[in-house]
Amino acid sequence: MIAIVDYGVGNLFSLVSSLKHVGAEAVVTGDSNEILNADRIILPGVGAFEDAAKKLRASGLDTTLKEAAARGKDIMGICLGMQLLFEKSYEYGEHEGLGLLRGEVVPMEGYIPADLKVPHIGWNGLHFKKKHPLFRYLNEGDCVYFVHSYFARGCEDSLIASAEYGKELTAAVARKNIMGCQFHPEKSGEVGLKILKAFSEGVNE
Amino acid sequence: MITKRIIPCLDVKNGRVVKGVNFAGLNDVSDPVALAKYYSESGADELVFYDITASFEGRALFTDILTRVASEIFIPLTVGGGINTLEDFDRVLKCGADKVSVNSGAIKNPQLITEAAKRYGDQCVVLSADVKRVDGVFRVFSKGGRENTGMEAIEWIRRCVDMGAGEVVVNSIDTDGVKKGFDLEMLKAVCNAVNVPVIASGGAGSTEDFIELFKKVPTVDAGLAASVFHFGEIKIPDLKRELHKNDITVRLV
Repeated sequence: MIAIVDYGVGNLFSLVSSLKHVGAEAVVTGDSNEILNADRIILPGVGAFEDAAKKLRASGLDTTLKEAAARGKDIMGICLGMQLLFEKSYEYGEHEGLGLLRGEVVPMEGYIPADLKVPHIGWNGLHFKKKHPLFRYLNEGDCVYFVHSYFARGCEDSLIASAEYGKELTAAVARKNIMGCQFHPEKSGEVGLKILKAFSEGVNE
Repeated sequence: MITKRIIPCLDVKNGRVVKGVNFAGLNDVSDPVALAKYYSESGADELVFYDITASFEGRALFTDILTRVASEIFIPLTVGGGINTLEDFDRVLKCGADKVSVNSGAIKNPQLITEAAKRYGDQCVVLSADVKRVDGVFRVFSKGGRENTGMEAIEWIRRCVDMGAGEVVVNSIDTDGVKKGFDLEMLKAVCNAVNVPVIASGGAGSTEDFIELFKKVPTVDAGLAASVFHFGEIKIPDLKRELHKNDITVRLV
């Protein structure tokens, strides 16, 4: 059973449908016990970092996630959910994240060439930095769907895939049982479904 | 590298896909769910659904179809048509839409863009503008291209982006349905004015039209079309292969 963490952020319709499509059992829940008892956990998220981090803390689910992480449970963050796994974000100020991965979230503006549009919206190819079971059904260069204006850096120890957008951007990270995708696997067609399938089957290295 | 997107657009009325020629004279094409699935499998990068129903029953039918599409198709879905309030945003987002496109609703109440962007994020709000030349000036038209609002189009689009529209669909009424190519002049003017993704719409008749679009207006992000795809005049896998051959970066499936 996969627990999709419900903390009042984002639209979970596609995530639920796509997991169902790959034959995974998933439940949308904000219940601490249910999350801790699940086999795997997905932390979704769309919107602003500060608001999402506040909601996680207000619901006490930040503690739940840290406990699940300490117990060795597989946790995958998606988009803003991935960004929340890091130590902090500089999106409109400075905000603390869950600190489950080393690194910080910073604006793309000023980093990528000025003639490129922000947000980075659309399909972009994945370039693998490390072999990881999450990508066991994928090929180098497979395209996935991105929508974001901030990106994670200082995460060399967990970087498993990047995308090229004028510069190299963090696309996916994994360290032990904690992983994340900056892109949306639930919106990335067959390639995305293969990632969700791999995650739901287990990604022990 | 980020890829250029190819987007089929499905106009839905009473649960069926239709396509207008110059916005008039609709005729039935196909079943929305089957067509959406076919497009997704053939490599469409995104799908746009326009609800062109006026009745309450039609609207319910549309959300039902949207739910079915979103349960089976896992690429970005944009929904437009009859979006006038935040409740309309809510209604379609709950059914699995990822982005919501506003047109006449934003003309009536521009605040809708600000409020929706604040609640759902800029990436969720797509401005769709129907634009036509009147005495040499680009003007915004409302009500499906029937009514001249008198507003200068580039100024309107820039204003909407400032208010929070995260993407712009530019539909040239002048080239729509003519199948002689996209409105390159209009698209260049819009691309020069805003720094969010611009989606070209209106005028696609052949594969060459898409190649010309991305070659001559390299800052355009996507090409949208309906009838040429629905009638099979252009097949998406062939189109993408041709674009790739012409050094335009696309997602090949």
